[in-house]
Amino acid sequence: MLRQNALCEHKTGLRGTIAVTIAILLLVPVLLVQAQGTPPPTPLTMVTREGRRTVPTVLLSNQELIALDDVGTLFQVAVAEDATGAVTVTYRGRTIVLSTQQPIASVNGRVVTLPGPVTRSARRLLVPVEFLSRALAPIYDRRIDLRRTSRLLIVGDANVPRVTARVDTAGPPTRATIEVAPAATVAVTSDNARVIVRVEADALDLSLPGGGSGLVEQIRAGDQPNTIAVVLSGAAGMPRTAQATADGVTRVTIDVPGTATAPPPDTTTTTTTPGPAPPSEGLPAARTHFALVVLDPGHGGDDRGVHTPDGLDEKELTLDTARRLRQRLEAKLGLRVILTREDDRALGLDERAALANNSKADLFLSLHANGALGPVLSGAEVYFLSLDREGENVRRGANAEAISLPVLGGARRVLEVVPWNLAQAAHIESSASLATMLEEELRKHVPMSPRGLQRAGMRVLTAVNMPAALVEMAYLTNPGQASKVRGDEFRNGVADALFEAISRFRTYADEKSLP
Amino acid sequence: MTARRLLPAAVGIVMLALVAWGVTSLLERMTGRPPEATPAATSPINSEAAHIAVTLFYVAPGGDALVPVRREVPLAEGVVAQGRQIIASQLQPAPPPYLSAIPAATTLRAFYVTESGDAFVDLGGISSAHPGGSLAEMLTVQALVNAVTANLPAVQRVQILVDGKEMDTLAGHVDIRRPLARDTSLVREAEASP
Repeated sequence: MLRQNALCEHKTGLRGTIAVTIAILLLVPVLLVQAQGTPPPTPLTMVTREGRRTVPTVLLSNQELIALDDVGTLFQVAVAEDATGAVTVTYRGRTIVLSTQQPIASVNGRVVTLPGPVTRSARRLLVPVEFLSRALAPIYDRRIDLRRTSRLLIVGDANVPRVTARVDTAGPPTRATIEVAPAATVAVTSDNARVIVRVEADALDLSLPGGGSGLVEQIRAGDQPNTIAVVLSGAAGMPRTAQATADGVTRVTIDVPGTATAPPPDTTTTTTTPGPAPPSEGLPAARTHFALVVLDPGHGGDDRGVHTPDGLDEKELTLDTARRLRQRLEAKLGLRVILTREDDRALGLDERAALANNSKADLFLSLHANGALGPVLSGAEVYFLSLDREGENVRRGANAEAISLPVLGGARRVLEVVPWNLAQAAHIESSASLATMLEEELRKHVPMSPRGLQRAGMRVLTAVNMPAALVEMAYLTNPGQASKVRGDEFRNGVADALFEAISRFRTYADEKSLP
Repeated sequence: MTARRLLPAAVGIVMLALVAWGVTSLLERMTGRPPEATPAATSPINSEAAHIAVTLFYVAPGGDALVPVRREVPLAEGVVAQGRQIIASQLQPAPPPYLSAIPAATTLRAFYVTESGDAFVDLGGISSAHPGGSLAEMLTVQALVNAVTANLPAVQRVQILVDGKEMDTLAGHVDIRRPLARDTSLVREAEASP
């Protein structure tokens, strides 16, 4: 009996040991994967004139990271780590110094912010992918443009137009529109099962609808990197397509009738080659130095901003309007436009200002929607910065500290150093002009608040080192406006107004030769 | 008496002393200590009798402006104590027909004044309860800053702290990193009494 019990205990102990061992063996790979990160659902693709290749990245703690040794291989940069933990990236004598402690990088002596510091995983040094656009791009000889939404990393002069597709009417007949900006040569092939739109480009920055509607089942990326496929339902007849280029946008319209009204079934192909985009009316034809605009969709991530009673968030409205405005500015004025956030993410106010400053933008525009304590107030408002005592001192030059630096040839150069968080003080006059133009153009397109133009101590504007303003598009606490802001008419109206104001300001800035 | 008998007796005496000390401490806690002398600067003077009229700021019914309203608050001795009374009253619900610019859940954690005339108003629960929007945020900030600076001539500027910390903004718009001077840009001058 005793021997049986002992045997039983021995067996139980053995089973326990085996179970624990199996659990550990199962857990170790999981922990290893967690420590080293997981690949993102859609890989990042580098696009150059020479071709495409996948960029290896990993997701670690909700952050997309790239290994510095991969950066070294992709961009021919040298990476070195010293005993203090600082990491130096060198490219043709230009350096980036990174820290393992702080989410910042010193890029040729200028500090830029990153979403996180350098981290070490499995003996590799990882940095947030934003390192490529914020730190490497300023010292690199070729353009580096990170478009996270479309998972593209564009390097050099690769031609990657933005392509927006939508179903306008469900019908039948169903109408779908595909817009390519900047304009490009487009070939359309169609039969009664699908329409293939081929764009002369190295890749496409796609913004496609989630699902189809009417006789269009789906609009998706084509089999080739420069094609879009419009998949038709079984009840679709032969589609009719038309295309036109205007204001720098090539627009393909696809009308899909039902089978009863189908034209003779044959395969058709049309091609157009756009001419140069005509300059907008009233704008100078000559190229100007006003080239880069930073648009700042307010709030994001956990910060919803103001919201309507039926659940529309300010953060969604600001991002959508910024995208509409970007499309207009790029297509019609040929401006480069950067959004401080491309998707629904939280972003600090200083990060927004730093992005604009590090990009050396010519204009900063923060987009918001307003909220009041009662339901009565409505209308758009435009703000530029009001200065407090310290800001006024900076504007008058009283706070500027002069430092003398040696330059090549033995001479010295005197620089005035202004506190970074008061940088806007030097641009108040031009920001006032910008705000006035914004108010005047908004007044033509959307309802205005009785206080359409105001000065206030807006935090996001204080550190911006360029003409800057903040627009409150509407009061989401007003029931009438809360329903209107959901529609295209209102959003396009705001985007048109802001586009016109920026067009005017560009002329003003070039005439004044603003820095 | 041997040492073997003395030892338990000594332990017993020590135990009894400890029990007695514990009981008296407990009773003292339950009944409360006698009040210590509080600094005169923080105690209101006879709140039944002494009140003063101050100007507080509430949101007009339309929601677009602040309206100055005269209200009675307990008189306190000293700038700091009076400042606390003023902010405490400003945090109370607004008299009809006005609205409060400050969320109802807001509490006053601390109030103090520096030698240079900057007051610090430390509030709890204000950011999480704030409805957001530039205008609503400006009204909140101006109501607090103006309530202090309009009634306390010794205070020139007011810095708002949230849960004991300096903040960038209350809800993403208005810069509150530094002390703010009185701002009447949103104050409608027509004064009213409830």
